[in-house]
Amino acid sequence: MQGFTESLVLGAGGLNIGDMIIQLVFFLILLALLGKFAWGPLMNMMKEREDYVANEINTAEKSREEAQRMQREASEELKKTRQDAQKIIEDARKTAGQQERDIIESARAESERMKESARQEIEQEKEKAVQVLKDQVASMSVMIASKVIEKELSEKDQEKLIHQYIDEAGEER
Amino acid sequence: MNHEAPMWNDAFGISWLDFNLSNVLMMFVASLIVFILGVTATRNMKRFPTGFQNFMEWLIDFIKGIIGSNMDWRTGRLFLPLGLTLFAYIFVANMLGVVTNGVVGHELWWKSPTADPGITLTLATLVVVLSHYYGVKLKGGKEYSKGFIRPLPFLLPFKIIEEFSNTLTLGLRLYGNIYAGEILLSLLVTMAAGGVGGFLGASLPMIAWMGFSTFIGFIQAFIFVMLTMVYMSHKVSDDH
Repeated sequence: MQGFTESLVLGAGGLNIGDMIIQLVFFLILLALLGKFAWGPLMNMMKEREDYVANEINTAEKSREEAQRMQREASEELKKTRQDAQKIIEDARKTAGQQERDIIESARAESERMKESARQEIEQEKEKAVQVLKDQVASMSVMIASKVIEKELSEKDQEKLIHQYIDEAGEER
Repeated sequence: MNHEAPMWNDAFGISWLDFNLSNVLMMFVASLIVFILGVTATRNMKRFPTGFQNFMEWLIDFIKGIIGSNMDWRTGRLFLPLGLTLFAYIFVANMLGVVTNGVVGHELWWKSPTADPGITLTLATLVVVLSHYYGVKLKGGKEYSKGFIRPLPFLLPFKIIEEFSNTLTLGLRLYGNIYAGEILLSLLVTMAAGGVGGFLGASLPMIAWMGFSTFIGFIQAFIFVMLTMVYMSHKVSDDH
């Protein structure tokens, strides 16, 4: 058997049944051992990593959406706040204008009133002065007249005449 | 060159049972190395791989690529451990003979186990038998049998011959490449050991040839796994 196979091209050691059996056994044992101790854990680890990465991608996607939503909310909030501020400024401006007009109005009214009362006072004073003047003129006229036409007129005629003059003088005024 | 194998003929008094003890030794060494590498690489695994773990994961992706180019990954994942083990074992076995050849007395003890046709044919037979097994298991006996008469019934004899020729070529291709590499290496070693001139003349080609043998060792391991997956896919895929 040995000689025959060696004469063939196969050369080297020929086909040894023992080697073949041992190779088969060794290989099957190696396959089982490596599958249990090396490839199994390694592939589990790779699977775990794949899951982990997929998970992380999902999480990232979710948090990105969350961030977008929050940003949208924030910008809406900002817009609303800006509108509110605008409104407040507008209101203040309106109130200020109203107050301004009120103040001017009341000032004008006050000044009108003061002018009016001053005019009335002037009128009264003038009347009073005219009255005083009348009285004085009357007494002075009496004095003058009494001096000028002393004794020519009786007391009664004199009085009558004076009042007549005075009345005429008041009408001409 | 005229080294003999350390034979143990007619072991246990059984006339057909012969052992080549150097093969037995080298198979054991290769298996041990692969096992130790595999186990050390997968201790202390981390989610963020470093160093050796990276390499092993690259290897897995590499074998995944081979399987993926032949069949659907859903069925192909079944063969990933087989492909990985085959690749690692054959590559390590090929490298053992490239790095050193050990001779004790006149007997060649340290060499590539894959430089022996019996061993490569055993692996090839295992692969082909497994492909039939999975063919029956995954597609059912009826579909499996129909595979032999597709596309035309008269191809049946050729299909049957193909199974045997596949086994032979798969095994002998690996054996031939590695054995040839070892012969040339041992020739160069003999020449280098012959004298000062021989040493000077042989060392440079020897370095070149060792580099080439390393390349061949890798390529042959790749081809073996690739063809394994091709045969598997012939048996288990629906589109063949």
